[in-house]
Amino acid sequence: MALTNQRVDVPVIVDESKCLEKCHACIEVCPLDVLVKNPETGKAYMKYDECWFCLPCEKECPTNAITVQIPFLLR
Amino acid sequence: MTNTQHLKTDVLVVGGGTAGTMAAIKAKQANPEAEVLILEKANIRRSGAIAMGMDGVNTAVIPGNSTPEQYVREITIANDGILNQKAVYQTGKLGYEVIQELDSWGVKFQKDTYGNYDLKQVHRVGKYVLPMPEGKDLKKILTRQVKRHKAKVTNRVMATRVMVKDGRARGAVGFDVRNGDFVVIQAKAVVLCTGACGRLGLPDSGYLYGTYENPTNAGDGYSMAYHAGAELTNIECFQINPLIKDYNGPACAYVASPFGAYTANAEGHRFVSCDYWSGQMMLEIWKELNSGKGPIQLKMTHLDEDTISEIESILWANERPSRERFHQSRGENYRTHGVEMHISEIGLCSGHSASGVWVNEKAETTIPGLYAAGDMASVPHNYMIGAFVFGRLAGVAAMEYVRDVAHLEPDADWLAAEKERIYKPLQNPDGIPHTQVEYKLRRIVNDYLQPPKNTHKMDIALNKFVNYHDTLDLMGARDPHELMRCMEVHFIRDCAEMAARASLYRKESRWGLYHYRIDYPEKNNEEWFCHVNLKQENGNMTLFKRPVEPYIVDVNLEEEVYDVKVTSK
Ligand SMILES: Cc1cc2nc3c(=O)[nH]c(=O)nc-3n(C[C@H](O)[C@H](O)[C@H](O)COP(=O)(O)OP(=O)(O)OC[C@H]3O[C@@H](n4cnc5c(N)ncnc54)[C@H](O)[C@@H]3O)c2cc1C
Ligand code: SF4
Ligand code: SF4
Repeated sequence: MALTNQRVDVPVIVDESKCLEKCHACIEVCPLDVLVKNPETGKAYMKYDECWFCLPCEKECPTNAITVQIPFLLR
Repeated sequence: MTNTQHLKTDVLVVGGGTAGTMAAIKAKQANPEAEVLILEKANIRRSGAIAMGMDGVNTAVIPGNSTPEQYVREITIANDGILNQKAVYQTGKLGYEVIQELDSWGVKFQKDTYGNYDLKQVHRVGKYVLPMPEGKDLKKILTRQVKRHKAKVTNRVMATRVMVKDGRARGAVGFDVRNGDFVVIQAKAVVLCTGACGRLGLPDSGYLYGTYENPTNAGDGYSMAYHAGAELTNIECFQINPLIKDYNGPACAYVASPFGAYTANAEGHRFVSCDYWSGQMMLEIWKELNSGKGPIQLKMTHLDEDTISEIESILWANERPSRERFHQSRGENYRTHGVEMHISEIGLCSGHSASGVWVNEKAETTIPGLYAAGDMASVPHNYMIGAFVFGRLAGVAAMEYVRDVAHLEPDADWLAAEKERIYKPLQNPDGIPHTQVEYKLRRIVNDYLQPPKNTHKMDIALNKFVNYHDTLDLMGARDPHELMRCMEVHFIRDCAEMAARASLYRKESRWGLYHYRIDYPEKNNEEWFCHVNLKQENGNMTLFKRPVEPYIVDVNLEEEVYDVKVTSK
């Protein structure tokens, strides 16, 4: 089957300059398990656009690196 | 090659949310020597409906404010008489102890200047709503207690089936959603606490995960109990909520109405006399929206500045804290704008309506050794306190049960077949993505199952759901995370079929909008004053009537009809 990679606006934005390489706090608490580390940079990012905009990731981040937006379709 | 992990425990709790954490704690309190394991798809620290806490207890029966008998009466009327009163009574009776225990663990409930719980009236009769303006860390507090009681936790493992042998539950299987390991857990008793089926209907926004319920709860427990052979009930009594238009949280009258806010039509007039969520209320909302007097709103503009900022401070810190940024991005303000409300997608959830796995007043399902609690167990209008109460009952009953039973070896053939079923999408990484397969399924749910219900449309729906097995076979997954979503789509399909069959079976209307049938618009107590139950029999979904258990609290349903309509406008 043919697959395509389409661009989507994802709700979670990580400020890479503030994200700590050794930290996994947001990744551990996300109920949907949609955040991961980029193995090359050690920074967190939203890998899957499956967000409940519930905010644990943002609340548990020690450096305020995360901003959760309301997903574009609802905004 | 997939790695297999074998685990063994006395009591297995599947789903470490509201009910599940309490079940584990209470099982451990009942017998600290026995082993209790929580299997959780997410991480119990922030999982489920109360991931960000709650802004209030909806069903608190506190001495001096109400009695368990009054509570049972109110729920009996709100649920049009179809309930097991003995089970509802438990929530009324044990809720107070649960609140006191949570309080002793550091959960904050609103108190008046004398230190008494400060209850508010939202229901038609009686005060049951206890605000929790500082409720956001509920889940962290529960997690601490789980650890303190030495219950074990395995996070990020999703259960897919309960193992049943000789007619009793003896464990569960699932897989690790990060490394993909196959996980087999032998247990002497299983407590299912996996929450609602929140991803049944598709929200108007079209965003798959923009649901009222936490989208991790995809009906997993409904489906697992069904495949284990347990009875389910009231599935046709859908969950439908009045929410902020486009946003998946309540507006929220429970918080704001004690301060003087109310639900109004576009002209600013009241059309419901009571803001407590019920099918009858939802029917009035549906009618108002279709009458030309919509859109409807939660009206707060008449309140003073201090009151509005207090409401904001509660609504923007707990439960659905992203409300604030939703309003801000649209330039809306409670001082100048009513909060536009609309009807949510449909779901299955006893916490709000009544559908679930059949349980009695001890949280026992119809399968020995299998217990259920919370939004997936059939105790109507049970909400958060009901989830805690039934979690507690299930934990205690399961621990009692395991005293006299031994572990049973899993059946190797059954395990191999289940393993093959689970991992199939991974063999087909270029198969159709779960997002598209799920979107189409849930669009069919919206098009054909959303009330008002129509026989012809539901026949089409049923046919499509039955045939959807073939579509599920086309799904592909590229990693264990996508595999989790694929397996959830299987659960959603099962729930959709149950919803269609149960809705077709009950040939009357009941519970306001929840089961409003165009071709049978009236309530018919002669034929349908009963539960509609279903279960798997020889591979088929079988439906049947189950009589309502004798009442323990007298209610005259002829005289006491739940009516919240306001006519003078
Ligand atoms: C937005 C919202 C607002 C609400 N407001 C209120 C309120 O103000 N007052 C009130 O009293 N009630 C309220 N409720 C209802 C109340 O929160 C629920 O009734 C209650 O929390 C349900 O508890 P539960 O244990 O059944 O589900 P949850 O707490 O959701 O727990 C289910 C758990 O199971 C896990 N799980 C799911 N599937 C699997 C699987 N296959 N394998 C392993 N784990 C799995 C999930 O990750 C989750 O941790 C609200 C609910 C929502 C969604
Ligand atoms: S808002 Fe919730 S679902 Fe979205 S990434 Fe953060 S924790 Fe996960
Ligand atoms: S919690 Fe913050 S610092 Fe930690 S990984 Fe996530 S974004 Fe980075």
